[in-house]
Amino acid sequence: MNLELTVIGGVDKKGEVEPVERLDMKRGEIIGIVGPTGSGKSSLIGDIEQFAQGDTPSGRYILINGRTPGAETRSDPRKKLIAQLSQNMHFLADMTVDEFLKMHAKSRGKPASVAKDVVELANTLTGEPIHPDHHLTILSGGQSRALMTADIAVISDSPIVLIDEIENAGIKKREALDLLAGEGKIVVVVTHDPMLALMPSRRVVMRNGGMYRIIDTSKEERTVCEDLTRVDDWLMSLRETIRQGNVVEAAP
Amino acid sequence: MRLVVVAGTPGAGKTSVLMHTTRRLLQLGMKPAVVKIDCLWTEDDRRFERLGVPVIVGLSKDMCPDHFSIYNIDDMLAWAASQECDVLLNETAGLCLRCAPYPDSCLAVCVIDVTTGPNAPLKVGPLLTTADAAVVTKGDMVSQAEREVFRERILEVNPKCRIVEANGLSGKGSAELAELIRKGPETTAEMRLRHNPPLAICTLCTGELRVAKEHHRGVLRHLDGFMEYMGE
Repeated sequence: MNLELTVIGGVDKKGEVEPVERLDMKRGEIIGIVGPTGSGKSSLIGDIEQFAQGDTPSGRYILINGRTPGAETRSDPRKKLIAQLSQNMHFLADMTVDEFLKMHAKSRGKPASVAKDVVELANTLTGEPIHPDHHLTILSGGQSRALMTADIAVISDSPIVLIDEIENAGIKKREALDLLAGEGKIVVVVTHDPMLALMPSRRVVMRNGGMYRIIDTSKEERTVCEDLTRVDDWLMSLRETIRQGNVVEAAP
Repeated sequence: MRLVVVAGTPGAGKTSVLMHTTRRLLQLGMKPAVVKIDCLWTEDDRRFERLGVPVIVGLSKDMCPDHFSIYNIDDMLAWAASQECDVLLNETAGLCLRCAPYPDSCLAVCVIDVTTGPNAPLKVGPLLTTADAAVVTKGDMVSQAEREVFRERILEVNPKCRIVEANGLSGKGSAELAELIRKGPETTAEMRLRHNPPLAICTLCTGELRVAKEHHRGVLRHLDGFMEYMGE
């Protein structure tokens, strides 16, 4: 299926027309959203998630294949085109992990058997394992985030994936991103992390609530990204060593 | 005249959602009037006044707020007509979750807060089960998965209702709700309630303060579920 996601620009926080008038994204593309806190990054992906039709403070319009999406694709999870990992770090539902995942699978038209796949996958992202009988509300921030990520990868398998600051969770960010950004999807990544910001081919710079500029990742930036990946690998191994109660050694 | 009855649990965001929706209705060229029902006190009329729409407050005081709301519907509709409005938005203050103040020919809207957890839709009763639209608020506080599970639970108790994801802060969902209102039913002369109010009344309703069992009369229900009539 051909799929194109378009954001028609609206206004920034001052009510002035945002400099980027239109943003088109195609299948297989990862796009970054960067900018200071409060610059409107989460609001932008919020607009995409709800298929805004001039009815949010930004006045933006979201189009799918050049058209206004139908009400069903907006609300029915079985037809939903969008999976979203928000910044929420905790569950509020007073249910066990297993009950919750089975009910979510049902809402997305998936068999109940996927619940155990989600738990298994989540446990590859987090240190302390999650058990299906655990109550959601006792999970740590990292465990909750790992579960939300695995839930999206397995149950909310939608062609458009919105990811809000995956680096904040204390989980393995690159593995998590790989899980979410499946083949042929449109992936929008809000991030403050230099490595994640330089991985996509383009990034939108937000300022004062508006889309200010689009930057294509340069050749030089790609090299920087590769360097950062090596640094990140080193940081991750240090983190693991320290977490396991061992002593670290000098850089190789 | 169109009638919209907005009910929901306290603090769910009824007023905020209705404010955004009122703005949208004005943009669509409709003429909304607002009646805000509360039990003891409210200042919400000032919030609506700022939108430049006619608004009145009804305080139910000693009467059940849902019964008060139902009993005064004729007067509210007459008032809205006198203000040359074409849609009456009635925000109720139901608290006991046993009544549903929805007449048949109105748009019945139940506002429910997703942070109350996936068991909440099972507790709300006729307010939700007989509604035309369930407006789910505070979705930004939880994950997408939790919103979808909540939605599934609502559909379990009311499979035909239209679910609108709304946000009282950003105004999300107000355009969708305004569109439902615009296409909503016209009121009729002989309206009937969708759901029966609870079996009334007992001596507590009429002011009995003594606690001991021997002082109570009326239709009474025991802890074990046994129900009886005590009295002459």
